[in-house]
Amino acid sequence: MSEWDELYRENILDHYQHPRNQGVLEHPDITYEDGNPLCGDKLRMDFKIKDGKIDEVRFSGSGCSISQASASMLCERIEGQSLDEVKKISRDDVLEMLGIQLGPVRLKCALLALKTLKAGVYGIPQWPGEEDEK
Amino acid sequence: MSVATVRGTLAPPRSLDARAVRAQFPIFREPRDRPLHYLDSAATSQKPDAVLQAMDRYYATCNANIHRGVYQIAEQATAAYEDARRRVAAFVGAGSPREIVFTRNSTEAINLVAYAWGRHTLKSGDAILLTEMEHHSNLVPWHILAGAGEGLSDHGIELRYIPVTKQGELDLSTLPKLLADGRVKLVGVVHVSNVLGTVNPVVEIARQAHAAGAKVLVDASQSVPHFPVDVKALGADFVAFTGHKMLGPTGIGVLWARREILEAMPPFLGGGEMIREVKLTGSKWNELPWKFEAGTMAIAEAIGLGAAVDYLSALGMDAVFAHDRELLEYALPRLAEVPGVTLLGPPAEKRGGVIAFTLEGVHPHDVATVLDHRGVAVRAGHHCAMPLHEALGVPASARASFHAYSLPEEVDALVEGLHHTRKVFAR
Repeated sequence: MSEWDELYRENILDHYQHPRNQGVLEHPDITYEDGNPLCGDKLRMDFKIKDGKIDEVRFSGSGCSISQASASMLCERIEGQSLDEVKKISRDDVLEMLGIQLGPVRLKCALLALKTLKAGVYGIPQWPGEEDEK
Repeated sequence: MSVATVRGTLAPPRSLDARAVRAQFPIFREPRDRPLHYLDSAATSQKPDAVLQAMDRYYATCNANIHRGVYQIAEQATAAYEDARRRVAAFVGAGSPREIVFTRNSTEAINLVAYAWGRHTLKSGDAILLTEMEHHSNLVPWHILAGAGEGLSDHGIELRYIPVTKQGELDLSTLPKLLADGRVKLVGVVHVSNVLGTVNPVVEIARQAHAAGAKVLVDASQSVPHFPVDVKALGADFVAFTGHKMLGPTGIGVLWARREILEAMPPFLGGGEMIREVKLTGSKWNELPWKFEAGTMAIAEAIGLGAAVDYLSALGMDAVFAHDRELLEYALPRLAEVPGVTLLGPPAEKRGGVIAFTLEGVHPHDVATVLDHRGVAVRAGHHCAMPLHEALGVPASARASFHAYSLPEEVDALVEGLHHTRKVFAR
């Protein structure tokens, strides 16, 4: 197996096959669903907000390993963080978490979770990294 | 009806020397870290030297706008452009080059029919009959026409669909009933499915449609590039296809339609070249086919398409078809042997050179990404056929497809790549 395959296995497949924070919340403060029509990836995120912090977060949906793993990684990272901190998470932060190089098509898979988070919690509907292109 | 009898003659299975063909495609000569196994010709084909050289030659020797200039290079450019039209006409058996309208691609050709013919012909209470296996290019223009979509208001035009069977074929037993009330004014059908590869019996569909008083549009995007198609023998009224899937450049497509229908149709886009006379109070239209070619057209691309048609004719479309068939017969059983692979679509004898499949437990995008890291280029997703995937009950699929330069080794690389993908995803 190539170095790339190993990296893919460790970083992405671990989260894909053993997702953290997967599920739904019973009485979420915020629920937001988004998708990537190009791929058919679908993602829902439920949030509970307490004292200006993300108290609980769950994701559910279907899609490729990159879209689902990035949701798992992102949820794991943001639970317990303040809304101000979470707002600063950038497209590059997500790519760093995933740890692999992606072309423009697969990039959308990787960024779906961050887009869903930003649209749901902050009302920012654009793809991460494209906010300034308006 | 077999594919080869579309023209009425059953050609002997004379294949071609794919290795010699491949040597004429610069993309395969380009030095790379690992060899390119290009299995996405249904999305776009690669281009031979002859096509690229024809386009270069136009730009280098006679670049000028067509139909206007009276100077030498403008005359040369016009002659080259119209010569390309004549070659395309001959290639698909059109009655006259006047029946060949250049467009941007198949999508634009179908939109031309929807806007110029559909809007002026279909009324509230009429119906359009399509199939569940259409590419979005033969669905969405009709949705827009019928007002079926976000922000549109319903125009009272009903959309009907011929269903797809579990085997990936059209369920033609439904056709008489779908046509019975006489409200269907247009039947739109894809000749070869871009996902399943299914070759649809368009001659029979056209016969029944005409008997019910409907016109017939055939999306030939995946058929004209791969086997002999005679538009008259199909019995259709409109046939759309695109240059870039038939070894030609992007940006050039074709609408063929029967002359009397084109004559009766109002223009699609307005502008230069499509007019005979313009006054401030109104305009008169140019004759066919220029009535439908507004503005400066893709001249170099049309010339490139002419060269592609010459190239394909020299190979022989029967040979191209036989080559696709050989690769299918080689690939289908090998793919079926990969644990977890489910093949979509009918057996080899009923399909063109397209194989869509799923790999159990692995999303098609992941399949394509792992394969890509081994130099194998396949398509993944819904292939612009979302309703078909819904009908098949799969969210997405991976797809391998061939053309004249495809080799059995590329199938081997795909099969090995799938075994490897299973390993990567095994836990």
